[in-house]
Amino acid sequence: MKYHLILRVVTRLLVGPILLYGLYVQFHGDFGPGGGFQAGVIFAVAFILYGIVFGLRDLRNRFPDRVIHQLFALGVLIYAGTGFVSVFLGANFLDYNVLAEKGYEGQHLGIIAVELGVGIAVFAVMLAIYYAFAARPPRIDDKDW
Amino acid sequence: MDRLLDPSFVLGHMNYWLFVVLMMTGLYIVVARGNLLKKIVGLNIFQAAVFMLYISAGKVRGGTAPILTDNPGEAYSNPLPHVLILTAIVVGIATTALGLALTTRINEVYGTIEEDEILEIDHQETEREVAAILATSAQDSANA
Amino acid sequence: MLEGIVQNAPLLAIMLPLIAAPVAVLFGNKSVAFYISGATLVLSFALCVYMALLVSDGSILSYHIGGWAPPIGIEYRIDAANAMVMIIVSAMGALVLPYARASIEKEISPGHHTMFYACYMLCFTGLMGVAATGDAFNVFVFLEISSLSTYVLVAMGARQDKRALSAAYDYLILGTVGATFFVIGLGFLYIATGTLNMVDLADKLANSPDNKTIRAGFALIVIGMGLKLALFPLHRWLPGAYSYAPSAVSAFLASTATKVALYVVIRFTFSVYDASSGFERTTLEYIILPLAITAMFTASAVAIFQMNVKKLLAYSSVSQIGYMLLGLTYLNQTGVAASFIHMFNHAMTKGALFMAVGMVVWRTGSALLPSFAGIGRTMPWTAAAIVVAGLSLIGVPATAGFVSKWVLMAGAFERGWWPVSFAIVGSSVLAVIYVWRLVEVMYFQEPKATTKDPVREAPLAMLVPTWILILAIVWFGIAANAPVELARIAADGLLAGGFDNGQTVILGIPGR
Repeated sequence: MKYHLILRVVTRLLVGPILLYGLYVQFHGDFGPGGGFQAGVIFAVAFILYGIVFGLRDLRNRFPDRVIHQLFALGVLIYAGTGFVSVFLGANFLDYNVLAEKGYEGQHLGIIAVELGVGIAVFAVMLAIYYAFAARPPRIDDKDW
Repeated sequence: MDRLLDPSFVLGHMNYWLFVVLMMTGLYIVVARGNLLKKIVGLNIFQAAVFMLYISAGKVRGGTAPILTDNPGEAYSNPLPHVLILTAIVVGIATTALGLALTTRINEVYGTIEEDEILEIDHQETEREVAAILATSAQDSANA
Repeated sequence: MLEGIVQNAPLLAIMLPLIAAPVAVLFGNKSVAFYISGATLVLSFALCVYMALLVSDGSILSYHIGGWAPPIGIEYRIDAANAMVMIIVSAMGALVLPYARASIEKEISPGHHTMFYACYMLCFTGLMGVAATGDAFNVFVFLEISSLSTYVLVAMGARQDKRALSAAYDYLILGTVGATFFVIGLGFLYIATGTLNMVDLADKLANSPDNKTIRAGFALIVIGMGLKLALFPLHRWLPGAYSYAPSAVSAFLASTATKVALYVVIRFTFSVYDASSGFERTTLEYIILPLAITAMFTASAVAIFQMNVKKLLAYSSVSQIGYMLLGLTYLNQTGVAASFIHMFNHAMTKGALFMAVGMVVWRTGSALLPSFAGIGRTMPWTAAAIVVAGLSLIGVPATAGFVSKWVLMAGAFERGWWPVSFAIVGSSVLAVIYVWRLVEVMYFQEPKATTKDPVREAPLAMLVPTWILILAIVWFGIAANAPVELARIAADGLLAGGFDNGQTVILGIPGR
């Protein structure tokens, strides 16, 4: 990909807006269409695009497998942790109403926290899947195509 | 049977016909194709059929997206099937990713992703294993 | 604090093990992973026993997730039937874990140990969730959590034997087809009734006229779950998956996974649908009954000719699932109770057998019959464990297997189906043959001399969990009152049909 100037420039231009769009979908999720699943995938797409154009090794150096594994564990923990916060506050699991003084504010807060967990987990899992497949040594060399 | 000749009945159940066709296509691919990759494609089509069944069942005629608007009387589609299917899609993605990962590993270890060839290799492996252990047992008794 | 734990018991029994998985991955250290998994599993088992005591008077526990009352919210609903399955799963989970720690040292490469514990805990969570939830779609979600991690666990056997990969792939395809059938069935139910809460479903189905959508839904649910529970002839994935998976995984799956799927069938057949008459009854008597009896004979006969001992045990599992299904088709209290007792006893028996065989594989490196030669002398404790568990598999008095077969026979006589009792005895004779083949090789053949290091007894970490199970088999073979009583209460609740047959106790805060 050394000589594909247009691809490289366009990728650099695209990565930023894609990340921004991912964040928009993420934080829009508690009162409109959107949410963690979609945002996580969109966010991961930016990274995968970077990996495709600039090489997996480059991406993997910045985001090692170890970090990715910890991120998806963290995502699940944020989700389950939100549930347990409600339990510690004396309500049932995942009952958001007790998270804030007013019930509906608690619902907003709870959904944002849960969607954040989902978003992080989905993002990390998507990247982990990409790593797992892209890092396999190809059976056919690129020049043989 | 005569209901099948009634066009309004046939067209009125269009989503179910599509569901059945898609589902059977997928299931047929899973059963009939020997290529592990194609089986996963079939599985995906099979699951997509189920998604269609749920989503189309939740549609309300004239209904909009289930988002709170200023008009309280507005009809909206049933959002529950959407949520269920969102979960099912995620499960489907996980299954597909795992299936593809297994296929990649099988390809690396067996050198093929054709089911009959894999079965053949498995059989040879079993026979080799049994022959080897029988040979050592025979050797044991000869030594004794 | 204690009050909080007690009030959230159904939730904590499932969610604490779930938390263990990401924590294990976050720390990335296998010792941390092991200890946190172990702690949560023991706690989960204690909570299950506590809940079993609560429901043993016929009452039902209900917990409203998210503070939303059913039928809108998801509820965990636990009666005697759920409690029994949850005890089976949590006890086996807690016992297999220390065994797994020793056995995966040889079977799985060290880099994957943390992930092994994480997958194990996810699988456990999924199975527990299926057993606890009162929401039909939630069953599917938990089932897939457990299934997906199961496929990974089976594939981890690839370091020992590459056939684990193709076995895991087969399991994945068939398991997913089964799960998808199940979802289609649920879809039909949802289209027909507009609800997914099991209690609500039962109410609406009881008040709606018989129609084809509801019947098709039943058929799809039974077939889908039939694939998961290895109902003969849908058992193709089982022998491969159990034979080539790591030993600890085989032991855990053989004793829990199929039982949980069977529980789902029971729950839908008896509680959600009405099994006492009509289409559901016909399905049980004319489809499940012949298949169960065929499984008992065919799978046992196939087991006799296996060279691979793990495969032998796997086929024996298929035949034992036949016994469990057989009890259901009697449609009387004794029969359904027999199914539950056999689930309980077979979980202990097959768990102990797979663990003992795993120890032999650990020492000799092969699961083929000739490598068992003479282990009666070289590994006396392991061989003795195989013998006691084998006797329980046959159904010899003073072992747990005898109790379940006894109740199963009593149920058959109660129903007036005396020929069925001959089938039970006949199939047990086949079990004698395959267990005897094993005993003969272990005790009447010379140990192999050619191996470089002599075969010794397995390490204590593996031996102790196995012997705890063996002692449990003998204990529950002599003093069988506790499981039999619990199973009878479960059977009463199921046969009464529907869900409103006991005092419902709401744990936690009642939902809005």
